[in-house]
Amino acid sequence: MSTTRTLATTNRVLRQLRHDPRTLGLLLVVPVVLMAILAWILSDQQFDRWGAPLLGIFPLIVMFLVTSVATLRERSSGTLERLLTMPLAKSDFVLGYAVAFGALAIVQGLVVSGVCFGLLGLDVVGSPWLVVLVAVADGLLGTALGLFVSAFAATEFQAVQFMPALLLPQLLLCGLIVPRDQMPTVAQWISNVIPLSYAIDATQRVTTEASVTVEFWGDLLVVAGFAVVLLALGAATLRRRTP
Amino acid sequence: MVLALRARSDGHDRFVSTPSQDPQSRPDAIVVEGLCVDRGGHRVVDNVSFTLRTGEVTGLLGPSGGGKSTVMRSLVGVQVVAAGSVTLLGRAAGDRELRPHVAYVTQSPSVYDDLTVAENVAYFAKVLGAPTSRVATVIERVDLSTHTKSLVGRLSGGQRSRVSLATALLAEPEVLVLDEPTVGLDPVLRRDLWQMFGRLATEGACVLVSSHVMDEASRCDRLLLMREGRLMADTTPSGLLASTGQDSMDAAFLALVEGDAS
Repeated sequence: MSTTRTLATTNRVLRQLRHDPRTLGLLLVVPVVLMAILAWILSDQQFDRWGAPLLGIFPLIVMFLVTSVATLRERSSGTLERLLTMPLAKSDFVLGYAVAFGALAIVQGLVVSGVCFGLLGLDVVGSPWLVVLVAVADGLLGTALGLFVSAFAATEFQAVQFMPALLLPQLLLCGLIVPRDQMPTVAQWISNVIPLSYAIDATQRVTTEASVTVEFWGDLLVVAGFAVVLLALGAATLRRRTP
Repeated sequence: MVLALRARSDGHDRFVSTPSQDPQSRPDAIVVEGLCVDRGGHRVVDNVSFTLRTGEVTGLLGPSGGGKSTVMRSLVGVQVVAAGSVTLLGRAAGDRELRPHVAYVTQSPSVYDDLTVAENVAYFAKVLGAPTSRVATVIERVDLSTHTKSLVGRLSGGQRSRVSLATALLAEPEVLVLDEPTVGLDPVLRRDLWQMFGRLATEGACVLVSSHVMDEASRCDRLLLMREGRLMADTTPSGLLASTGQDSMDAAFLALVEGDAS
């Protein structure tokens, strides 16, 4: 592993995005528009309940899609194969992407939260910065998931299909729609082992509790832990030799 | 047209010494023994063996679908191999230590369409640990100095493959594995690139270039002819003409193929 090569990869990925202003614009504008629609159709009280958790889910979905398509493109264009014949560690490649999209998740989290708290009147009992922190952790989790699943997708069509396959079940079971303790027992078990449950738990603590609790950090740690493990698996599943 | 070569920098970490004039005394750069590769349930490379020395440009020729690219992938260590051994500079293909010394150019240009020429080459330079000054040098070598700020996706096919080739020259590699680098290029550029391959070899590199255009065979020191996964001939341009009694490479290859079929 080498810091120079990791950061060179990060720099390269960000430069690619810079040459693609439309994608960059969509990354920042779409979540803002969605939150604005939400604020528009919900009462203030309902917006306070739904706003913060959804603020964390957008970066997860968007980063997942962007990362899985970007790495798949790297496979199909032959650049990945070429990089793997060079002195680039697999972890340099994966971490390079994670840092680039992690930085993007921070920018996205700040912009969307800024609009929500500043313009749309979102209110939480705890600190709004903690909501941003969870949004960034979710963005990283999305990046890690996207890098991991791109190893199992042979085409862009398949990569995009992994979104409903992996993210939508989590959305149903994470406690956002039905509180986790009111689900059937087996659903609760599943709910306990998916990362999104912990992301939602963390934001719900910020929306209802004034002080930062140990439970909040515990939840955040689980989300970050999932991201780290998935990144490691993403690096481990990259193969230099292919059939 | 600027394709001048810069002298190799002293002190560059090298596996091989400067080649002597006597071909027999040059070190073996690539040794392939009994290579077999299966893809999709078919044997696409069947018991191929050859040895390439430093200081030579070898042409890997034959019709498309004959296994040339698969042999090249095996040399750079990205191909799962069914049997046989592939050794480069005394080490097994794909060995971590080999990576800075073996350059590979894939058949379709493997560069980033959404980066400029300079950004592409600069990224690969960082990955290879090549000095930043090499970026401008290699871009000039492939005659793209006037396009450094152009997005690669907006370049023509020939220009894109030259960007891909430029990255292979960054680290002054000892072994160059180039998969059809001259396809789609105009005759002037093709001549200049072949001259460059020759000079890289003279400076001590082992250059393997694949092509399905037989008239490029005459520019090589050595020839490997492949068809349907098998090595049909391991010869020289004059040797091929002499053994088939033909006066053009195209005719010689056809004679070889038809002789083989009957």
